[in-house]
Amino acid sequence: MVKPASLAEHLECHQVSRRGFLKFCALTTSMMALSPSMMPAVARALEKARRPSVIWLSFQECTGCTESLTRSHSPTIENLILNYLSLDYHHTLQAASGDAAERAREAAMSENYGQYILAVDGSIPVKDGGVYSTIAGVSNLEMLQHTVAGAAAVVAIGSCAAFGGLPHAHPNPTGAVPVQELVHDKPVVNVSGCPPIPVVISGVLAHYLTFGRIPDLDSYGRPLSFFGASIHDRCYRRPYYNKGLFAETFDDEGAKNGWCLFKLGCKGPTTYNACATAKWNQGTSFPIQSGHGCIGCSEPHFWDAGGFYQPLSAGIGSVGTLAGMAVVAGAAAGTAAGRLHQAKRKQAQRQHEKVTVADLEETDS
Amino acid sequence: MTSVELLIWVRGPGLQLSLAAFILGMTYRILQTYFLGRAKNLAEPRGSEWVHGIKTIWWRSFFHPGMTVRGYFTIISGYMFHLGFIVTLLFFDQHIELFKSWTGLSWPALPPIVITVTAVLGIAALVAVLVDRFADPVRYLLSDYQDYLCWTLTVLPLVTGLLLAYKIWLPYTSLLTVHIISFELLLVAIPFTKLSHVFTIFIARWYNGAIAGYRGVQS
Ligand code: SF4
Ligand code: SF4
Repeated sequence: MVKPASLAEHLECHQVSRRGFLKFCALTTSMMALSPSMMPAVARALEKARRPSVIWLSFQECTGCTESLTRSHSPTIENLILNYLSLDYHHTLQAASGDAAERAREAAMSENYGQYILAVDGSIPVKDGGVYSTIAGVSNLEMLQHTVAGAAAVVAIGSCAAFGGLPHAHPNPTGAVPVQELVHDKPVVNVSGCPPIPVVISGVLAHYLTFGRIPDLDSYGRPLSFFGASIHDRCYRRPYYNKGLFAETFDDEGAKNGWCLFKLGCKGPTTYNACATAKWNQGTSFPIQSGHGCIGCSEPHFWDAGGFYQPLSAGIGSVGTLAGMAVVAGAAAGTAAGRLHQAKRKQAQRQHEKVTVADLEETDS
Repeated sequence: MTSVELLIWVRGPGLQLSLAAFILGMTYRILQTYFLGRAKNLAEPRGSEWVHGIKTIWWRSFFHPGMTVRGYFTIISGYMFHLGFIVTLLFFDQHIELFKSWTGLSWPALPPIVITVTAVLGIAALVAVLVDRFADPVRYLLSDYQDYLCWTLTVLPLVTGLLLAYKIWLPYTSLLTVHIISFELLLVAIPFTKLSHVFTIFIARWYNGAIAGYRGVQS
């Protein structure tokens, strides 16, 4: 099949009308969280845009991120973007396997050297020379280093690729690291989330497609347009939080009334992601709307940030043992200091010499 | 260290270590005071030490006319600060969650708006006593660095908590981190500064009451 060179042609070949194309542009504009007034500019850019090659590498991951992207029903913006992009290598989605698959990657790399987008999901184990995860006998580390050399930009998809995720959680037996720790000479966009919201993945790709560069990022390398506000700031349960109305269990009156889930461990206040606005399953709902607190999956180290059902204001870990040790140590030190004081006092009493009248007279003279 | 890593540290090891320092310090201070001992009273007891001691702990918390001899300022600001601080600390939902995670105990909370008022009153009282300390030459001369340190460590959790509740100035993650750190500093400082009166005041009150009880007079 001859792949169309531009989005306009691609849509034409799928018998999408001009009206449909403009609708797509409007959706893309909103997906990139741009103002609607940008729509004509987006349409012009997309008409001319070339079809970028995408190489997708999966390392230490659970395939949840790919599932997230593909579990959308057609026709969706995700599908259009996916069709529009030339996804030249993806373990799970490609038909080829074994040597043929690896050859497809090499071919895509050499055809589009310096131009392709490298999408990565999963973290990279670096301990013991990276032996803990290999593909076709090549370690993830080596494959990343080899493939990134010809990439124009890298998109780290999912919390594992962005921040290390589950494999990186304590005690991190494989020495898993995120992409940004290994790639320093190419722009890296972190699309975090476990998994990330499909529209955010496609939004970032659409941004690159439209403007030929990566979007503005926050201090963790995440696109600001999607990760600029916290879940808490956009949460529809926020008025209950402000009034101090909380669900205490998952089936009490508070839960039935849709009150705030803070006490059930919601990490919305410290989590930056677009769930509360973009939502999941074609905009149907998001965890908090379904009655479960946010677990903070788009933040670094979220697996090590305490229990999912432990409120944010409670500490991480138990204090019992340390508190017990503190009592024992404090009691020992207090008793020792007290006894020392008593001994000193007794000694002072023993050494106390009484002054007689005769002594005083002696001093006077 | 990123802001997320710092928050994880202050919520985890930071909180555990500061609580341990507080418990260790307080146990030390209480036992040390206990072992100071009391001189043997050879007089015949005319009443119960314990009953009077406990009663005094309770009654001295309340206002009585003799307290106003030196004017109302200290009394009003003292009550305002202590009530403001204690209510804010003990009756805010999110604080109760922390105490629950430590002790398994919980109790009803006051609405956040009430807590805002108590926190503001607490801060206002602290500012007023600081101004008074500077304005009154005797008090000013009697003050040393520890008074200002204690004042700062006490006001910080209130101010940072208020900023956090209304998300003023910094992102929530940073404000939460700063607020928890301010609480941890206070915890560590309590046993080793004048702030240890949070416990020792009860010993002192009991002692006063007990002496009076032994003699069969009112404390
Ligand atoms: S980020 Fe989460 S969903 Fe994505 S691959 Fe890692 S564990 Fe799976
Ligand atoms: S449910 Fe979570 S995100 Fe929503 S208001 Fe409560 S704490 Fe914030």
